[in-house]
Amino acid sequence: MRSFTYERATDTQAAVTAVARSGAKFISGGTNLLDLMKLDIEDPSHLVDISRLPLRDIEELPDGGLRIGAQTRNSDVAADSRVRTRYPVLSEALVSGASGQLRNKASTGGNLLQRTRCPYFYDTAAGCNKRNPGSGCAAIGGFNRIHAILGAGDSCIATHPSDMAVAMAALDAEIELLGADGSVRRVAITDFYRLPGDTPQIETVLAPAEMITAVALPSPPPGRQIYRKVRDRASYEFALVSVAAIVSADQGTIREARVAFGGVAHKPWRSIEAEGALTGRPATMATYRDAAEAAMRDAVGQGDNDFKIELARRTLCRTLAQAARAS
Amino acid sequence: MIGQAMQRVDGPLKVAGRAAYAYEHWEAGQPLYGCIVGATIGKGRIIGIETEDAERAPGVRMVMTHLNAPEQGIRDESIPFEYWRAQPVLTGPDIHYYGEPVALVVAETFEQARAAAELIEVEYAGGRGRFAFAEHEGEAYVPKTVNAGLPTDTSVGDFDAGFDGAAVKIDQLYTTPYEFSMPIEPNACLVAPRDEDLIVYVSSQIVDAAQASIANTLRIDPARVHVFSPFVGGGFGSKLGIHSETILAALAARELDHPVKVAMTRQQIFQLIGMRSTSSQRVRLGAERDGRLAAIAHDVTMHTNPDVEYAEQTAATSRSLYAAPHRLTSHRLTPLDLPRGTDVRAPGEEPGLLAVESAMDELADALGMDPVELRIRNEPALDPERGVPYSDRHLVECLREGARRFGWEHRPATPSSRREGRWLIGYGMAVAIRVHLQGPAAARVRLEADGTAVVQTDMTDIGTGTYTILTQVAADGLGLPADRVRIELGRSDNPTSWGSGGSWGAANSSTAVHRACATLREKLLAEAHDDARSALRGLDPADAVFSDGDVRIGGASEPLSELVARNHPGGVAAEGETRFMGDEPNYTNYSIHTYGAHFAEVGVDADTAEIRLRRMLGVFSVGRLLNPKTARSQLIGGMIWGVGAALEEEAVVDPRSGAFVNRDLAQYLVPVNADIPDVEAVVLDGYDDKANVLGAKGIGELGICGSGAAVANAVFNATGVRVRDFPITLEKLLPGLPPMDA
Repeated sequence: MRSFTYERATDTQAAVTAVARSGAKFISGGTNLLDLMKLDIEDPSHLVDISRLPLRDIEELPDGGLRIGAQTRNSDVAADSRVRTRYPVLSEALVSGASGQLRNKASTGGNLLQRTRCPYFYDTAAGCNKRNPGSGCAAIGGFNRIHAILGAGDSCIATHPSDMAVAMAALDAEIELLGADGSVRRVAITDFYRLPGDTPQIETVLAPAEMITAVALPSPPPGRQIYRKVRDRASYEFALVSVAAIVSADQGTIREARVAFGGVAHKPWRSIEAEGALTGRPATMATYRDAAEAAMRDAVGQGDNDFKIELARRTLCRTLAQAARAS
Repeated sequence: MIGQAMQRVDGPLKVAGRAAYAYEHWEAGQPLYGCIVGATIGKGRIIGIETEDAERAPGVRMVMTHLNAPEQGIRDESIPFEYWRAQPVLTGPDIHYYGEPVALVVAETFEQARAAAELIEVEYAGGRGRFAFAEHEGEAYVPKTVNAGLPTDTSVGDFDAGFDGAAVKIDQLYTTPYEFSMPIEPNACLVAPRDEDLIVYVSSQIVDAAQASIANTLRIDPARVHVFSPFVGGGFGSKLGIHSETILAALAARELDHPVKVAMTRQQIFQLIGMRSTSSQRVRLGAERDGRLAAIAHDVTMHTNPDVEYAEQTAATSRSLYAAPHRLTSHRLTPLDLPRGTDVRAPGEEPGLLAVESAMDELADALGMDPVELRIRNEPALDPERGVPYSDRHLVECLREGARRFGWEHRPATPSSRREGRWLIGYGMAVAIRVHLQGPAAARVRLEADGTAVVQTDMTDIGTGTYTILTQVAADGLGLPADRVRIELGRSDNPTSWGSGGSWGAANSSTAVHRACATLREKLLAEAHDDARSALRGLDPADAVFSDGDVRIGGASEPLSELVARNHPGGVAAEGETRFMGDEPNYTNYSIHTYGAHFAEVGVDADTAEIRLRRMLGVFSVGRLLNPKTARSQLIGGMIWGVGAALEEEAVVDPRSGAFVNRDLAQYLVPVNADIPDVEAVVLDGYDDKANVLGAKGIGELGICGSGAAVANAVFNATGVRVRDFPITLEKLLPGLPPMDA
């Protein structure tokens, strides 16, 4: 039997100290970690339960932004009136994810750190460099319908499954981290995640024993925010492709645009290329097509997922059109 | 009482958690827990298996492999129905499919067993497996018969001539994927030895088959195997027979002389119970310009496991459906090193109607004809292959009533012509047909001296409502209030039946209970007639009315309880039964089916090709309804599964390993509530006097028959894109969508 010990942290700094020991992991909602433990994919020897730490507030920041405590439940963030009013793309992304029951359990920090849903990652008999470095990637040449089209490599073609993180990427969110030595740092969400490279098992820049304590959202950018998730069924399913778009248009010209994709890469994929193709251009379908081409210029299909490239283009075009019309 | 929408009598037990399922039982003390270890290759041999570490792991009591498993009975093909045959496991080093059990670890806790299972090291010599259906389709052979003993091929008239001469032709290939039953309750059991006997709690659709199969495998007297399956959390075919978890638990329980529990994990269910075969179906339709069919051919190739042949009766679907003078059907099997094909809800009709009813829609489109009208024009007067009359065919009424209720006249007559915002809107329809079968069933009805009745049979309730309908039938048959009837199901010590399967359970067991009640009534009336103490003495039993716990003849009346108590202080019992349909002339002289018409409206996102059902209606003819409430649940459950078959469900094989890739319910998609915004089932009043004395026919599978095709046809109507490779996922539609506009 895989025994593990458990402690419930009551103090944030003490929790970081407690998790510094070998084999220890944080647990919050447990909606992903417990499944992975049952399937023998994660085998922590010690769990530090941080779900009751005083990190559950959503606070106003002086710059007009919000600071979301890492232990705030997904349901609570989605329902917060300030989030719904000022960051509707985040609220929409959250309610499109998982199910009501899971959102009631899942924390903001845990959502950021959920693992991929690649079926070969879940199959301990299959090669998976993320689960077992050096064992190969069974998804390459296997059934890869849900896999990455951007930023993937020979070692791993998994996608990051979060919706929330895609909206946060479009919002220029920063992740607040507390280190074992008590130091605090902030990392832009786009820098927080890593591409697979040769080390797909290392998914973020989190240092050992570092804890996510909050997500800071800067004051909302101008323009209409939309989260559009495309999936195989109407609920309770991960994105094939999703788009978070924020468009500010004035008299038919796009002043500013933010674009992030979900379901296409190892991380939430902010597309600076698409944004560059939009800024200062007329708010027309021709412009959106150019942006979609720019966004997908380096996209590579794996066979089963080739359709995602065109699906991402079309989803982006329509989402931009809706956002520009309303802004 | 029969025909009323009675609430489920077992509902309170279930919502309170007091209805115990197989794995929840407790017998003879603290059980041990087994964990199955599956092969991680799809074809080859075990050349070494290292179990020492597992055997030494904490709490482990036994590791069973092919090296130390007890000898078992063999699969005796002279036993006519496979679910009664032995199901031996761990019989040798050969691996026949990915996930096949190679060991069982038994430990004091489930967690210990699972952890020890990880310590077993198996060394394999890999063979070359055949895993990809498309690559091996050319190796198909002709099976001797297909499922349910139906003929493999049939031919009427001269198909080639009829098809060649037809004015309008459809000749298309449709493919359907591997699909699984996946009931919520996994395959699970508790087996407890008691001296030489075995007490077996197992999730089973057919208790008699479970008892025989365990006894045949363990080579013991069936009378020593006591099977209990009082509540079953869904079956859909996956629990018609017992599976490796029960055999392994029984072997271990006897070896250890201790109760053993084994449940399959969800991932194991995808490997160990078998699935609906993948199919490739060529459908050819030749019609005159007025829509009348001259020729129908339905040629099907499916996969089979080489050791356990299973031929789903997919082409048989079209044998009784439409009139046409020239007809062909055929079934072929391609051996693959995959788990066996098996019965999954509506074997034959579910994949068969996806193909045939899509083809009929293509024909209607080619003719420029209303698809409802096309079906009506091809309504046969006699069963077109068997040449016998239909017992009770009301397909045209279903079509007309469904079209009226659905507002079919508002359908977009031209594909891809209606748009609401970003949604392309389409209407589709398809017919439902499902053969009605009768099997042997016996039931005992016992009247106690206090005027209560107990019904005893080994029939099961797999979530369908057996407890409720038998309460109604017995209350009706004895004139008792429902709360004075108790139903005892799922015990092998009760009179035997063929359980729940093939949609026959309700009609079989209801008829048996009805007959038992009739026998009891006659016996009690005969006794009263000659009994000086009875108020009914000398009165004509033919005028007797049993009602509200009393027996009345004319103005005279006596409580039923007094009639029983006077002559039978210990109670009185009678048995009733049904016979196998082959012994019932009606089933030879008539074509007995249930029917329906499905109507669906879908929206397809013009940009992303996401398909969303908007509403769905089924109108059905099933003879007499026993209970409209439980019937509706069965019908809409089937319809919803059909939506999943059309749009979502597909188990994917990795052709490199032979493993199913998406083997959990996060990856193998079935509809969720949000996918089904509006679904309704309507049943026409009816009574099929050829089916049985109650006039009732099976409904468990009818709802899934054709519902997927209605959705598929609606997708075509919405988009003008015909997808013939099921399920219709968005990437198959995307290339056919209109370019994006402003």
